[in-house]
Amino acid sequence: MRHHAIGAGFGRALRTALAGLALAGATTLAGAADYKILVPAAPGGGYDQLGRAVQAALQANKLADRVQVNNVAGAGGTIGLAQLINSSKGDGGALMASGKGMVSAVFINKSPVTLSNVTPIARLTGEYEVLVVPASSPLKSMADLVAAYKANPAAVSWAGGFAGGVDQLTAGMIVQAIGGEAGKFNYVAFGSGGEVLAQVLGGHVTVGLGGFNEFAGQIKAGKLRALAVTAPARVKDIDVPTLKEQGINVEFVNWRGIMAAPGISDAQRDELVKAVTQMAKSESWKATLEKNEWVDMLMAGDEFRHYVEAEQKTVFKLVSDLGLVKK
Amino acid sequence: MDTLNALLSGFAVALSLQNLFLGFVGVTLGTAVGVLPGVGPALTVALLLPATAGFDPTGALIMFAGIYYGAMFGGSTTSILLNTPGESATIVTAMEGNMMAKRGRAGAALATSAIGSFVAGTIGTVLLTFVSPFAVDVALKFGPAEYFSVMVLAFVTVSAVLGASPARGLAALFLGLTIGLIGLDSQTGQARFTLGIPELLDGLDIVVVAVGLFAVGETLYVATYLNRGSDVIEQMKGSIWMSKEDWKRSWKPWLRGTAFGFPFGCIPAGGAEIPTFLSYATEKKLSKHADEFGKGAIEGVAGPEAANNASASGTLMPLLTLGLPTTATAAIILAAFQQYGLQPGPLLFDTQPELIWGLIASMYIGNVILLALNLPLVGVWVKLLAIPRPLLYAGILIFATMGAYGIRNSWFDLALLYGIGLLGFVMRRYDIPVAPVLVGLILGPLSEQQFRRALAISQGDLSIFVTQPISATVLAITALVVIVPQAWRLVRRMQANAIGHHSPI
Repeated sequence: MRHHAIGAGFGRALRTALAGLALAGATTLAGAADYKILVPAAPGGGYDQLGRAVQAALQANKLADRVQVNNVAGAGGTIGLAQLINSSKGDGGALMASGKGMVSAVFINKSPVTLSNVTPIARLTGEYEVLVVPASSPLKSMADLVAAYKANPAAVSWAGGFAGGVDQLTAGMIVQAIGGEAGKFNYVAFGSGGEVLAQVLGGHVTVGLGGFNEFAGQIKAGKLRALAVTAPARVKDIDVPTLKEQGINVEFVNWRGIMAAPGISDAQRDELVKAVTQMAKSESWKATLEKNEWVDMLMAGDEFRHYVEAEQKTVFKLVSDLGLVKK
Repeated sequence: MDTLNALLSGFAVALSLQNLFLGFVGVTLGTAVGVLPGVGPALTVALLLPATAGFDPTGALIMFAGIYYGAMFGGSTTSILLNTPGESATIVTAMEGNMMAKRGRAGAALATSAIGSFVAGTIGTVLLTFVSPFAVDVALKFGPAEYFSVMVLAFVTVSAVLGASPARGLAALFLGLTIGLIGLDSQTGQARFTLGIPELLDGLDIVVVAVGLFAVGETLYVATYLNRGSDVIEQMKGSIWMSKEDWKRSWKPWLRGTAFGFPFGCIPAGGAEIPTFLSYATEKKLSKHADEFGKGAIEGVAGPEAANNASASGTLMPLLTLGLPTTATAAIILAAFQQYGLQPGPLLFDTQPELIWGLIASMYIGNVILLALNLPLVGVWVKLLAIPRPLLYAGILIFATMGAYGIRNSWFDLALLYGIGLLGFVMRRYDIPVAPVLVGLILGPLSEQQFRRALAISQGDLSIFVTQPISATVLAITALVVIVPQAWRLVRRMQANAIGHHSPI
């Protein structure tokens, strides 16, 4: 069940219709680059923020005349993915916000289409996961958490977002790395990062997982203790030891980026890669990263395509190990 | 004293010309989207987000908060006049309020909800001002076990909304519980009852179900049965203002409604719906006019309307102090904070006192503006009834259709909307109440998830529900709610028997 205020959506339909009219009227302009960014989630979330930031940055840097953002929410982004693949084939102006969560959602939701069906353009941002306990918890470090887990695996409850999401993937990797069984740890899924935060603060669960920005305020306020961050090395402005420092060989980043429609020509693809790369190197994009506290993770073109392929293999193995998907 | 000083400086911020104007725009817009079924505050704020990126954050947030609680004011109008809830939190209002309107007391119903909303909104804001730290501490004590117990209480009291026939009411409730199962199970990621349709993976959208059952179902019903013969549109009869009797019957429900609404607003997943149900059940129990319930009892409008407004103020407490959104609209307001690079949390009170206290002060002002907008203008809203019925219902159908489509631009939601609309039509035809379907759909999945989370944390030990003090207390209250009326009836019968024995023949 999803919660909305009654009838959320009328105005968006109207806006989409108006934007559509505007777009139809503008096609006569020669040489104008028009893009449509499909955001495969509801307004307000991570994909939406990325989609709208890219929209603003493309326009600010005159890399596009008109950029339209369209939200197609549902099923962890796989409904938007299917729509891009089915209705924008060969369209050099059709983009989609995407990321690690979608890689996993494809498997969890048994989506008939995958990220192999689209054209990866660039990875843009990333967020590291952090493990937190309430300030009053006896657990002071990852070593304490590992000891508690080894003493009684079921007694350690790991709170995070919905099943198969980035939080559970992170927890699963950690459990595997410390010699536990990924399919048999006590993961408790909550509806949102806010709920996880409240459950951890209230001491109802042993440890909570989430994106660093979600917990940053409470960590700085001293109400939560961060046990570890999933970055490969210490991150500027994040005064939290990494998992690797504490002897757990796990790194994890919740990356987000831009995909293009399937079936576009190499020339079209190169043009998109160029535009997005230029955007990602602009001053205005740097300011956007700073403001949102996103980690710059630019990786474009072929390198990103190989990365997405590798990600799909790793994530599939992980969700299978977690018992979420039958091998 | 610190709080008072902070609040005073907040008024200085809120009373600046720009912020006053934005607050006014916010509450007016809020009333409008509240009145219109099919448009909600969450959507409105989401739509305005990109447009306000260049605004001063304080002004923009004052406007967004205004939209939120303004919608709670406006939502009741639609419920009362059209029997279609403008917001999910005004479902209960639709039951009693519309019956009042049908009895020619639309004016009194609108007035008691507007004044009740004002009272609750103002008390809620006072509480927000002075009790924030304390309430946040309480909210944090709620784990899955506590939530589940609260939901058990809600289920027990739900019998109050089941309508005249328990069998029909329960059938509707179980229908709601069943369709609530559709979608991915969030604990295991397994699909349930999705029939391989990807659009069903997220479950049925509560908006689509509510709009389908109420708006579409009602439209079909009216078109089929009520378009011939005599005109049954509720006409304005009697005074727009409340009588002395109305005031007497309203003020206690306002206060009790506030007492239900505010704490529920504060707890995650509490929302505005459950306190309106609880308030309604309580008023029905306590009223001297219990026989009027279901036929248009003013208490049944006054209480729930106060509850949903108080809950809107309550929602802002965890949002501001914890960065914890407890409703869809709050989640989008949180996104608004983040758009300006602000992270709500305990630190925000220290780093952005102007913004926080300006926002809180603006809510006192906004409530006064809303009372002015809604009370003297009640007559304008009442005039909605003068719109010819075919036009009115055609309009509702258009809003409902665009609203359902706009959620994710999917034809599937449209098919679902009209399928559910047909179901709503059939249910109306056979006198099965539709509100319990929504109750089941809202509470069912929440209670299931909390139950399973609680058991996961306790490693399968069921005693967690009675060993946790808050959970045990709530369950004890639930038991009392079930047992006391029965026991009371038993005692009365025994007394009657005893008197019967001793009295001479």
